[in-house]
Amino acid sequence: MQGTTLILILAAMSFAAFFFGRGRSVALVGGPRHSTALHSLPGYYGYFTAIWCLLPALAVLLLWVLLEPRIIVALIVKGLPEAQRSLSVGELDLLLNNIQNLAAGDAISGDLDAALSEAATRFQDYTTVSRRILAASTLAVAGLGGAIAWRRIRPDLRARNRVEGIVLLALIAASSIAILTTVGIVLSVLFEALRFFQKVPISEFLFGLNWSPQTAIRADQVGSSGSFGAVPLFTGTMLITGIAMFVAVPVGLMTAIYLAEYSSSRVRNIAKPLLEVLAGIPTVVYGFFAALTVAPWVRRTGESLGLEVASESALAAGLVMGIMIIPLVSSLADDAINAVPSAMRDGALGLGSTRAETMTRVILPAALPGIIGGVLLAVSRAIGETMIVVMAAGLAANLTVNPFEAVTTVTVQIVTLLVGDQEFDSAKTLAAFALGLMLFVVTLILNVIGLVVVRKYREQYD
Amino acid sequence: MTIVQMMEAKVTDRQAQSSRAGSSDEGPAIDKGVKRTPALPASGQFVETGMTVGDVRCQDPYVIAENVDVFYGANHAIKNVTLEISKQEVIALIGPSGCGKSTFLRCLNRMNDSIESARVSGSITLGGQDIYGKDLDPVALRARVGMVFQKPNPFPKSIYDNVAYGPRIHGLAADRAELDDIVHSSLERAGLLNEVKDRLDEPGTGLSGGQQQRLCIARTIAVNPEVILMDEPCSALDPIATARIEDLMDELSQDYAIVIVTHSMQQAARVSKRVAYFHLGLLIEVDETDRIFTNPQHKLTEDYITGRIG
Repeated sequence: MQGTTLILILAAMSFAAFFFGRGRSVALVGGPRHSTALHSLPGYYGYFTAIWCLLPALAVLLLWVLLEPRIIVALIVKGLPEAQRSLSVGELDLLLNNIQNLAAGDAISGDLDAALSEAATRFQDYTTVSRRILAASTLAVAGLGGAIAWRRIRPDLRARNRVEGIVLLALIAASSIAILTTVGIVLSVLFEALRFFQKVPISEFLFGLNWSPQTAIRADQVGSSGSFGAVPLFTGTMLITGIAMFVAVPVGLMTAIYLAEYSSSRVRNIAKPLLEVLAGIPTVVYGFFAALTVAPWVRRTGESLGLEVASESALAAGLVMGIMIIPLVSSLADDAINAVPSAMRDGALGLGSTRAETMTRVILPAALPGIIGGVLLAVSRAIGETMIVVMAAGLAANLTVNPFEAVTTVTVQIVTLLVGDQEFDSAKTLAAFALGLMLFVVTLILNVIGLVVVRKYREQYD
Repeated sequence: MTIVQMMEAKVTDRQAQSSRAGSSDEGPAIDKGVKRTPALPASGQFVETGMTVGDVRCQDPYVIAENVDVFYGANHAIKNVTLEISKQEVIALIGPSGCGKSTFLRCLNRMNDSIESARVSGSITLGGQDIYGKDLDPVALRARVGMVFQKPNPFPKSIYDNVAYGPRIHGLAADRAELDDIVHSSLERAGLLNEVKDRLDEPGTGLSGGQQQRLCIARTIAVNPEVILMDEPCSALDPIATARIEDLMDELSQDYAIVIVTHSMQQAARVSKRVAYFHLGLLIEVDETDRIFTNPQHKLTEDYITGRIG
């Protein structure tokens, strides 16, 4: 029986179980008119029965799907000739792969011999039997579970509490998916980073001033000894982030102030969607805007002022990144300003403040925690931004704070380290994971600082 | 009676001079003459005509509202209200929710300006000066007409900074010592000084509800206004805090004209000298507090104060 058919039958069974359960609960108290004698609404008895029909069957299905391949493989190996059973692990894997491909009717590598085709036939047999057992046991469990639940229905059964308990478990499971995924990503990055630190000392990575991740592939290769000092990368990231915030914070904040307090509702209704369009432009578009329009402009302007400007300057990337972040800052600041109770506004206006005095002396201080939170979010965004800097900031790992020079950032280096064919045990590739880990740690620290600052101010301003 | 009639004539005269451009075609097509009626009319029909019973005039008026109409978009929130308020009196505005009493109060310091759809016609003068006149700065007006709100709304600043806020933005104090003086005397007059004098640098939001409201009153009187508007100042407070605020109003009425909106008839009876009853945007009846509560002239007023409306 096909997997889809099985799932459909299960769905139909639990659907039927719902009606059986609901019908029994109503029948037990003598008709729908007496349904107030039940502990819960009749529908809950239906859900109760359906859940008992569906969940155990799904558990069996899941368990079977997980265990089936191992069991079949073990059986196949047991039936192989002695010579093949004693093969090394890698060769045995290859052989089993061949058997499975043969059974599925795909092309195989190597020669077809009698033992192999016999094993393939057995593989097919085992699979068929396994599918039959699976279908039978799943449907049996579904029927049994539903029947037991159906039998257990009594007027005083607390069906609502049971169902809500299951719903609660489902909610917890859903929310833990995000957390577990995060933990999984952090752990995988962490382990790869640890492998990197076995090859390159952590002190060199953290404090080294030179970044040149070319390692020798052959022993006799000239040059390319590789050095992994991440300081230039983080300096570059901070420089570009700093320029971006220098653009985004004042502009975004003033935009928010204008939109929240001064503009007429007509202007606001036009300007806010337009700002959101700015937020919706893909970063790759910003990237070529930065590389093809802003960077040459910065270079020309700099030269006309007699300044030495690289064609891939930190300034160009930072300016464009700042423009990209303006909508984020302005919409978060706008939210924070609007969250200040209008009683504050009225109180200040009622004392004869002008709108500007109201804004600077009352509303902004009260909205400050939210604004700081928004700015820190924007900083995190700028640090993690990749596309603009890949296209506009360049690859030269210069250790400089001169915005007219080319710099590179952590994200750019991660991209270049992992793009193309790479061997996964060289320091060069593993360095990407170490950089990723560092980036994660920096962002985490920023967020923690942000939370602490927000909480400190909130004590004062609520 | 003759004095009042003379004043009426004067007022009508002044109104003719100061009627602003545009107000006639913006205003509703109803008679804008001074309206008083000595007769006791039957209720119901009376609401339609928009007449006010009792005496909208007072001796030595300081705030004079003449034929004030307020619109929120198409909604006619205040209909042709005329009312005089003298210095050194407490006048209470009562009426069921949505009757326009808060709207009228907010006209007196132009707080309705911040509502985009609000439009005010008619004339309101403060000490003879048209407060909706072109040359009047609403910001300066609000320093002369202070306001205390329904919910205590101290700024998220220290107690000291809350009271010093007004004097600072208006530059009332030449130096720190003078500012200290203003803060202390304002807190003292609001009856709060003894409770907070050791913790002036603590946040004003940390005080109890009643203390917060007295802080707001101190903040208001720190800029030395001429009129204080109170919009249900005690509705968020317990009876003890309410009693303290009411005592305070009594003292403050020596120096300021106080206009209070309240839902509590007892409070109106306790604190006010005159009472104005609003109903659906109309000013139904204005009279001495004693007379309103013992012998209301209008059926709607009587229904309201005996608990049949609202």
